[in-house]
Amino acid sequence: MADSGAGSAPKPSSSVKLVLLGEAAVGKSSLVMRFVNNDFQENKEPTIGAAFLTQKCTLPTRTIKFEIWDTAGQERFASLAPMYYRNAQAALVVYDITKASSLTKAQHWVAELQRQASPGIVIALVGNKADLANPSSGTDEEGAEPPAAPPSGPTDTDAPADADGAGVPADGEDASAPPSGADSDDGADGDDAAADARKVPMRTAKAYADEEGLLFFETSAKTGANVAAVFTAIANAIPETSLKGSRGGVGGQTSLGAGRGQEGDRVNLTGRAGDMGAKEGCAC
Amino acid sequence: MANNTSQEGSPQLKPDTSEETPPPLPPRPENLTFLAGSGRPQSSAGSVKGTQRGSLRPSLLQSKATTALSLEGSGQYTHGETISGSSTPSRQPSLANIGYNYMRSASDVDDTASIRSAVPPSESGVGDVESLLGDVVTERDQTAFESVASVRQDPGLFEETLFGDAAELEKEFETELDEIDELKTDGSNQESVMKAWRSKLKHYLILSSAGKPIYSRHGDDHLITNYIGIIQTIISFYNSADDPLRSFTAGDARFAILSRGYLNLVAISRLHESFSELRAQLEALYMQILSTLTLPNMERMFSSRPSTDLRRPLQGTESLLSALADGFTRGSPSTLLSALECLKLRKAHRNAINNTLLKCRTPSLLYGLIVANGRLVSVVRPKKHSLHPGDLHLVFNMLFEAGGVKAGGGENWIPLCLPGFNNTGYLYMYVSFLSASRDGVEVEERRTADGKGEGEVAIIFISANKEGFFELRQMRNDLIEQMSKNGSLDHILESVSQGRSSCTDILPGTVLRHFLYKSRSNVQYCMSSYDPFFSTPFSRRRLLSIYGDLHAQLHSRPVRLKIHYTTSTSYVALAWSSPVFELYCVAPASTSRAALAQAATALVNWAKRSEERLFLIGGAVF
Repeated sequence: MADSGAGSAPKPSSSVKLVLLGEAAVGKSSLVMRFVNNDFQENKEPTIGAAFLTQKCTLPTRTIKFEIWDTAGQERFASLAPMYYRNAQAALVVYDITKASSLTKAQHWVAELQRQASPGIVIALVGNKADLANPSSGTDEEGAEPPAAPPSGPTDTDAPADADGAGVPADGEDASAPPSGADSDDGADGDDAAADARKVPMRTAKAYADEEGLLFFETSAKTGANVAAVFTAIANAIPETSLKGSRGGVGGQTSLGAGRGQEGDRVNLTGRAGDMGAKEGCAC
Repeated sequence: MANNTSQEGSPQLKPDTSEETPPPLPPRPENLTFLAGSGRPQSSAGSVKGTQRGSLRPSLLQSKATTALSLEGSGQYTHGETISGSSTPSRQPSLANIGYNYMRSASDVDDTASIRSAVPPSESGVGDVESLLGDVVTERDQTAFESVASVRQDPGLFEETLFGDAAELEKEFETELDEIDELKTDGSNQESVMKAWRSKLKHYLILSSAGKPIYSRHGDDHLITNYIGIIQTIISFYNSADDPLRSFTAGDARFAILSRGYLNLVAISRLHESFSELRAQLEALYMQILSTLTLPNMERMFSSRPSTDLRRPLQGTESLLSALADGFTRGSPSTLLSALECLKLRKAHRNAINNTLLKCRTPSLLYGLIVANGRLVSVVRPKKHSLHPGDLHLVFNMLFEAGGVKAGGGENWIPLCLPGFNNTGYLYMYVSFLSASRDGVEVEERRTADGKGEGEVAIIFISANKEGFFELRQMRNDLIEQMSKNGSLDHILESVSQGRSSCTDILPGTVLRHFLYKSRSNVQYCMSSYDPFFSTPFSRRRLLSIYGDLHAQLHSRPVRLKIHYTTSTSYVALAWSSPVFELYCVAPASTSRAALAQAATALVNWAKRSEERLFLIGGAVF
């Protein structure tokens, strides 16, 4: 939460309104808590309504102040969601990699956002609880790299950046290895598979994200793996044009025109965000 | 047991003199099948039998009432109510003492001896673990004798257990709030899980009128299915006779039932709480459900599909229900008195806060509250609306007991229904916690996630405007700025850090150990600190049980007492009710009645003098 950019010359700073959506108990609040406080709580009680938090994220050229709406995932709050994603410039749609139905719910959210949110909204699909997966399970079913390479690319490189920038505890770095596709050294799939709680193959989610033009990450709020990377990638993916205003509303308006055209861009953003994340990390 | 003095009280009060010379007990029935069952599964069958027995009600009623009458006057009401299910509020059979449970266990093990003589509680309370629902199996007559026996034994027992040791019960109480392990799919741990479940002193079950489980404090679905079925059968049996069951006693467990619309709420307690107390607790749980769903929503769900599974719409609020339930189990003065506690502040300081609130008020605001550690600091409200204590209790429970909101950090925007205000629609609540750091000027937003800490101050703004978050957020920032500037924040934090005063701080040299004072007109109460005499959870629980009993004595119809005085060899207690206040206090047994009365009078005078410090009078009104 320390604004590490404060010491240097003031950078242009802008606010980004971000909303988290997803089924109950997938770990939305835990992701936010990891990002904002670098903290994790087992058995966190469910969010009621929505929580509003802020956190700065320093990029080389600018500072992004995230205004985060962490919404409750229960069905009864669904009707309130438009209030939170209206004018949002970014959305984190979270699912639980150990629960297949949560991806379906995430897909519903993505569809709703594409239909009703600001057209320029940057959406990241996030599979949380990666710590519960067998290290190799993310990629083993396809047996090989090509489709899986993009997601594992940023993951590999981001993990150290996390640890440095965000002060993730030492074990966070070790534990961040699992989702990073460290399958090469882990040949013994067989016995590990027994303990694997993963229900959503990374490939499935990744393919869907690519199709819809979403950023995609697998994270663990528990170990901290990839959490900062998600927010950094989002910060990088927000088009400059929408950052002029400090309030979401203005940003949403300005990006209206560019909205449609960005459909194509988003796919590219995925890759680019990863690269940038690797170099810069999120300094919060 | 005790002396009941009813000054200006009514003569109808049953003479308690009968207790001095207890009449001989009737012979114990031969068929002591009680607790014979070693395996629990049979309890379901047994209970159904119990229900069928309900069809014999007329004759049973007679026989039992007679028994009760001849032995113990005060037991009469309980049994009368128990059986008839009438609307008479419950009467405590005698001074509520927790040792009662203890006694029961002793008598379970060693039957006649413990009934006939005042055997001090032994360590052999084997029956305790076994006795919660298992007692449903027992013969009803048996139950009657059992409870009569324990009533008769109360005085002796009380001496032993009030402030002395009740190790067995205390041990049970310590683990009371622990979670029960989940039932393994292979059933390997079934026995231990069932045992843990049955050893709980308190259960809350909520089911729909169609018999679907909605909530249970302890145990998952598999575990409680049978019991839900039994309860449902019993309730619907009486409902079909158009004579809804409100409460009954089975062994040492008391069952209170609250039927509200499509819901049936059941409390099962071995903590010897009065039926009216239990029902008030159930009422609060019901309010919590309404607060989540609103009444019309819930009715719509059930009227379109009576078999609706309400757990789905309620998903995520289990922790709120459990926090409420656990509060009751620990003992909640707030629920007992239906009143709120207020933070003690100088009148000038409180006025300054009220004025600041009024100054910062924005158009969307309906209610604004500042709450420190569950204690009200100030309220700003429209002239024509006051706040319902039950509503605020729900809010305080959510923020200070359940912890989910607090732990998340940041600010919150929570849709909720305040059923006491209006049970048909949602309001929106802005919540922000301030850390209680004493540096005053810069009050940081809470960023840490440490569970429950002392000295948490919450700013709560309630609005009917769904979109009002940023407006109220601005108001909060203005308010904090103003309050830091004029020192109000410091005053609040200082008072929070001082905590409650002890009795001797208030009245030097007083004999009182603890008191509860409720101001009727303000619907608020104040109390002395639990320390040093009631610092353990168990001693608090017992203290609250004494208060619960005093409260029941004061408020039970048809008799309404002004003063109720109780003694045992370990303590004396006084309940005093006037149109202005209610006072409950305890002192050591050595205290003479005159000294206690004098201390109570002094306390009342003090409360009168300090009224504007102790209570929030009116609040800031716009």
